[in-house]
Amino acid sequence: MSMTVEERKATNKALIDEVLKAYPEKMAKKRAKHLGTFEEGKPDCGVKSNIKSLPGVMTIRGCAYAGSKGVVWGPIKDMIHISHGPVGCGQYSWAARRNYYIGMTGVDTFVTMQFTSDFQEKDIVFGGDKKLEKIVDEIQELFPLNKGISVQSECPIGLIGDDIEAVSKKKSKEYDNHTIVPVRCEGFRGVSQSLGHHIANDAIRDWVFDGKTRKEHEFVPTPYDVAIIGDYNIGGDAWSSRILLEEMGLRVIAQWSGDGTIAELENTPKAKLNVLHCYRSMNYISRHMEEKYGIPWVEYNFFGPSMIEKSLREIAAHFDDAIKAKAEEVIAKYKPLMQAVIDKYKPRLQGKKVMLFVGGLRPRHVIGAYEDLGMEVVGTGYEFGHNDDYQRTTHYIKDGTLIYDDVTGYEFEKFVEKVQPDLVGSGIKEKYVFQKMGVPFRQMHSWDYSGPYHGYDGFAIFARDMDMAISSPIWGLTKAPWKQAA
Amino acid sequence: MPQSADKVLDHEFLFREPEYQSMLEGKKAFEFNHTDDKIKQIIEWTKTEDYKEKNFKRDSLVVNPAKACQPLGAVFVANGFAKTMSFVHGSQGCVAYYRSHFSRHFKEPTSCVSSSMTEDAAVFGGLNNMIDGLANTYNLYQPEMIAVSTTCMAEVIGDDLDAFIKNAKQKGSVPAEFDVPFAHTPAFVGSHITGYDNALLGILKHFWDGKSGAGEALTRVPNDSINFIGGFDGFVVGNMKEIRRIFGLFGVDYTVLCDPSEVWNTPTDGEFRMYEGGTTKAEVERALHAKATIVMQEFCCEKTTKYLKEKGQEVVALNCPVGVAGTDEFVMALSRLTGKPVPAELEKERGQLVDAMADSQAHLHGKRYALYGDPDQMLGLSRFLLELGAEPAHVLATNGDEKWAARMQAVFDASPYGAGCKSYPKRDLWHMRSLLHTEPVDFLIGNTYGKYLERDTGAPLIRMVFPIFDRHHYHRYPTWGYEGGLRVLVNLLDEYFETLDANTIVPGKTDYSYDIIR
Repeated sequence: MSMTVEERKATNKALIDEVLKAYPEKMAKKRAKHLGTFEEGKPDCGVKSNIKSLPGVMTIRGCAYAGSKGVVWGPIKDMIHISHGPVGCGQYSWAARRNYYIGMTGVDTFVTMQFTSDFQEKDIVFGGDKKLEKIVDEIQELFPLNKGISVQSECPIGLIGDDIEAVSKKKSKEYDNHTIVPVRCEGFRGVSQSLGHHIANDAIRDWVFDGKTRKEHEFVPTPYDVAIIGDYNIGGDAWSSRILLEEMGLRVIAQWSGDGTIAELENTPKAKLNVLHCYRSMNYISRHMEEKYGIPWVEYNFFGPSMIEKSLREIAAHFDDAIKAKAEEVIAKYKPLMQAVIDKYKPRLQGKKVMLFVGGLRPRHVIGAYEDLGMEVVGTGYEFGHNDDYQRTTHYIKDGTLIYDDVTGYEFEKFVEKVQPDLVGSGIKEKYVFQKMGVPFRQMHSWDYSGPYHGYDGFAIFARDMDMAISSPIWGLTKAPWKQAA
Repeated sequence: MPQSADKVLDHEFLFREPEYQSMLEGKKAFEFNHTDDKIKQIIEWTKTEDYKEKNFKRDSLVVNPAKACQPLGAVFVANGFAKTMSFVHGSQGCVAYYRSHFSRHFKEPTSCVSSSMTEDAAVFGGLNNMIDGLANTYNLYQPEMIAVSTTCMAEVIGDDLDAFIKNAKQKGSVPAEFDVPFAHTPAFVGSHITGYDNALLGILKHFWDGKSGAGEALTRVPNDSINFIGGFDGFVVGNMKEIRRIFGLFGVDYTVLCDPSEVWNTPTDGEFRMYEGGTTKAEVERALHAKATIVMQEFCCEKTTKYLKEKGQEVVALNCPVGVAGTDEFVMALSRLTGKPVPAELEKERGQLVDAMADSQAHLHGKRYALYGDPDQMLGLSRFLLELGAEPAHVLATNGDEKWAARMQAVFDASPYGAGCKSYPKRDLWHMRSLLHTEPVDFLIGNTYGKYLERDTGAPLIRMVFPIFDRHHYHRYPTWGYEGGLRVLVNLLDEYFETLDANTIVPGKTDYSYDIIR
């Protein structure tokens, strides 16, 4: 039944040509650059990326604010992150990303709260700096245990000329050098969430590492100190990763930023190695720490046993033989569990086709986990990837994989309709479209309210979830029996 | 090793295993948190009168508000019209948020496009985005109408929708006669209910007042039909079905203006329907001639109401009636306007609701409730609670104003159970937290975010306010009509009985009250 690679490439090309016909000519030319088929041996996936979305096409992308507040800063649990501007941005992103953490919310931790300056017309007309000053006072009075404040700019801030940097400096001084970080992540900046990640990384560099704020957290470093970078602890991902690093004898001194604290951020320059999961959102700060503090960084992938095993060895390679030996022990320890998971689920999932469209690292990182279960990813694409993401993707995908960058609603629907995968992995906006079409679906941003998916413990959950999505008896009911007969 | 292939442990239990507990304990060494004593002290302090006083003094910071921004309401409205694509002019991230927000509540797709404005548009304006955007939407999604609204970005830089749309039509983005109604919906004014109002008004004006100069203004020729406008309603899927049934029982000629109940309730049968149901253009046009319009949520439709009156229609503006007296008003208004008697079937349903209330009222009588949500919904629910002999002790609307507060007071004053009840306009859920600590209630009525209040204060949460993300399918059932009242009653009772059972479940200690018959 399955096509040869050449047949698949031809089919993909015809499919792409077909969807492009729906666009006005000028727009079709632009979109054509984002759609393609991976050719084995090429250095990237052959598509353009990190370019403005076309207006009116139903892009799946978000904005810089989402990248900064929603992704990078929001999970830092002992700080208060003000959604600075009108009420909506903070409201829609309120507690939606499942960044798990431990703490007394509203007292010493604040992740699942929505702090906003709730801009009114007068704030637009007269500026919001005075209001921001007052907000800092009110936060300091009502939330005295907060360890810092970040100001997450929404669109109007940059348009009305507010000076949030000046306010932040002034108020920080007033409160004994309390950490107050202005972030210029207005939603109109850049083309997607991606610039928001970069801006947020830079704000950490400038206002946390190099800031004048209090740093009161001393500890004795060890040769085995590492920091987890780019894990947002969605459904507890960072925890099921951390446990493996600790089991192999490393000491995790910081989590960026899931379940993370400002103290952990500040102490990260003491790490011996930064281990980086989401390259897209935190490569900037990793590179900075390498340049400034000489801390090497290594990318890793904790999805599925094959990649976990490889990653544990790569991380261990940065340390002495004791760590290397322990990494082997960890791998050996979990082998039986992984084998049991694969034995249970692979027979049910073998040969199933998957199409992905996600953000960050997932369009490539999860491929190995699917393959561990005998599944095949036949199409993938990034919401806000850059060319370096597509380069990295070549190590994961097979010849002939359909590639779609910043896919539009129209394209994605048509691709799925024609390719007929057994599973689609994407986001909440896509979930119900494909389920209506009778295609099994898992949200691959929020883990569809499940998780963790990282680490060995997470893989068992991942495998179970993919199986239940595909094997659910529901999919046998979508056609009425009197219609099936016809 | 806690995880196993046979019995996969989810996050709920996995992290309670000793390996993880010890890991998390170890992590604390790097967190440098305050001392346990200090944390305990602040926790207790946040429950005090002193904290409440300081909390109520804040005038700039907003914490956990119960409102969203205007364009969300505009997207809701656009979804209520047949084959209409919602087009929000401004930053694209906003649209991703509206779509996610609705999809998390309704568990349905929500189609909407953005004009994806970025830095260059911030400098030069978003005209090109409008021109290209309308063309792309028209070609890709083949709508019969594109309803345009704005994000705050477009509003701050002052983009002129009317001029932009005309310009786009001249450039051939869409045919000249193609309907592109629009509404400016600045996020820094009002809330999602203001956006609903503006967007609906934009569509009515477009069709009735000559399509922005592209056609002739319609002349009103009054007839006997009745219009219905529901307002922003998280239960719209259940409610519209019920409302249509009631109109059907009356046998009256009616038009629902804005009905997204079908597009948010499509079947899973192998086909994705981007458009389904909704008010047609022909219906909008003929709605001008209606004798009257029933507006279900007054505060959600202030400008629209004024406009309808200017057109010569009678407007009956209600406050989201829930329960017996509220529904009576709705039904009697319908009867008066149509000259038809209230159908026997409805009268029977009324009696059945009263019957159910009589059966159960003893369990709810005297119970104190805290509620928050949109202004009209708070009025409607409060009246129903008072009918049951319960007390809506704290009623809060972040998007409510002084006029709403006065209306709430009138509701309280009309019932002996309203004594001591208070309304809180322009307050948020952090204010509510103080209230629940200093003046506790038996139950809390709110949306999904209320679960944080339930956790912090112990007030059991009843989910009857948009958005509801963490319970499924409530929106499929009505809260309006006598049937809806029954549903609301069951919600109140379920939470009461669940709470009572939970409080009496300890064997040998409290389970003497763990009654089998209640």
